[in-house]
Amino acid sequence: MAKYEYSFYPGCSSQSGASSVNYLKSTQTICQELDIQLNEIPDWNCCAASIGYGGGGELPRISLSARNIALSQQAHGQQDIVATCAACWLATREAKERIEESDKVRSGIDTALGEIGIKIEGEMPKTRHMVEVLIEDLGYEEIKSKVTNPLEGLKIAGYVGCQTNRPFGIDGESYENPKYLDRMIETVGAEPVDKYEKKASCCGGALMFSEPEKSQALVKDIIEAAYDGGADMIVTPCPVCQMNVEVYQGHINKTYGTKFNIPVVYYSTLMSVAFGRSAKDAALDGQMIRATKLEALVKK
Amino acid sequence: MSDMNANTAKYRSSFLKEVEANVEEGHWVKMCMQCGVCSGSCPLGPHWDHPPQEIFMMIRANKRDEVLSSTSMWMCTSCYNCIARCPRGLPITHIMHGLASYGKRLGLAPKNQPTAKFSQLFWDNLSKTGRVNELKLGLRLYFMNGFGNGIKTALKMKDVGLGMVKTGRMNPMEILGGHSCKGAGDIKKMLAKAKEIEAQHTAEFKG
Repeated sequence: MAKYEYSFYPGCSSQSGASSVNYLKSTQTICQELDIQLNEIPDWNCCAASIGYGGGGELPRISLSARNIALSQQAHGQQDIVATCAACWLATREAKERIEESDKVRSGIDTALGEIGIKIEGEMPKTRHMVEVLIEDLGYEEIKSKVTNPLEGLKIAGYVGCQTNRPFGIDGESYENPKYLDRMIETVGAEPVDKYEKKASCCGGALMFSEPEKSQALVKDIIEAAYDGGADMIVTPCPVCQMNVEVYQGHINKTYGTKFNIPVVYYSTLMSVAFGRSAKDAALDGQMIRATKLEALVKK
Repeated sequence: MSDMNANTAKYRSSFLKEVEANVEEGHWVKMCMQCGVCSGSCPLGPHWDHPPQEIFMMIRANKRDEVLSSTSMWMCTSCYNCIARCPRGLPITHIMHGLASYGKRLGLAPKNQPTAKFSQLFWDNLSKTGRVNELKLGLRLYFMNGFGNGIKTALKMKDVGLGMVKTGRMNPMEILGGHSCKGAGDIKKMLAKAKEIEAQHTAEFKG
């Protein structure tokens, strides 16, 4: 039996051929190293993210998360549900709160789930983000004990973004200046950018699709601040942040005359390399802007 | 009802009552003290015609159509800065989503607001199979303003698309169907029921 075990909610963007499949791959790698077993929720569905509100009202949106919670209970009892995606984590956690706080929501959800013959049994399990598990359940020391290939010489901007920070926070840290990502960077042997000014700024989220000019202006500042801090790359815990900050750099360069070309990786990619795993296990092939300095450190 | 409640009720506009009854987390609106921290914290704040603080005052001033047809709430990026900073603890992000969604249900939302359109595309996409199909969502987005604009956008996005395909983060075959929940039919049934219950609640409000 694994040392740690959780119910797992992978989310739409982690599916094969989807935008953060590299995040899933590197997460699986670090979980092998850290003896964490993830039990996928059978037939999980989309959480509606934050942007689903225009089509779905409060109750339809919450019912989506409620179905996942009920299916998780059916298959994995009261195991904590772990999500790697910020939006999945947030939506599921918010659904639990709303169901617990409002009798009106609770009764609506019971009826909607009853319609398809499932129900929430008693207390709902907690939903947690993968970084919460890593920091709160394992801790920096346990992570450090697995580092066989410290990422020496790399300077990294820890871009926390919004939804892994607000409104719930990680490990009780401050919303304005969360430190956990910087500490993770140190734990894997690299150097965090000191006072990274845009670490908790918004990348535009889903508005990158609908209002690209406005969102790209936000991303420009996030990247500029990383360069100002002397960063070789940016690291993030969120699939939307990762994509928004990495893949539009060409467009931003065209608009603003900048010469951005900075890799944006997941914490799980950094950890995989630091644990001595291969480039493939770290999913370095998923970088649109290759993380060449990190590739050079991969243990041969 | 105590005397004090009776007195405050007298000053509560009918639109405020409607928001309290029908809008997600709407019962919080009366708690706003107009400090403006939310407006100053919003990443797209400069683009809003009426930042959140103003929207709250407009609700109390009974400006129903101006609020529900505003483009402002649709510019919420769900960054939760306003929630984290509000000294009164209002769930502002959720109230903005709730107002936008309610306006849309009533047919008052602005017709050409791009995020209002995209938000609907996203919902339609996920509720079809229970999971988001990123390729189809992207294509629908490019073509949401007609065919000519769609081709232009698709060409502009070519490098991003190719990069995603090359790195295994987009699969052209998803166009043929792609990922789906086994319980896709169940999910549709569940969503229809939830929508029906919500519509019933809304219909119960008589002002």
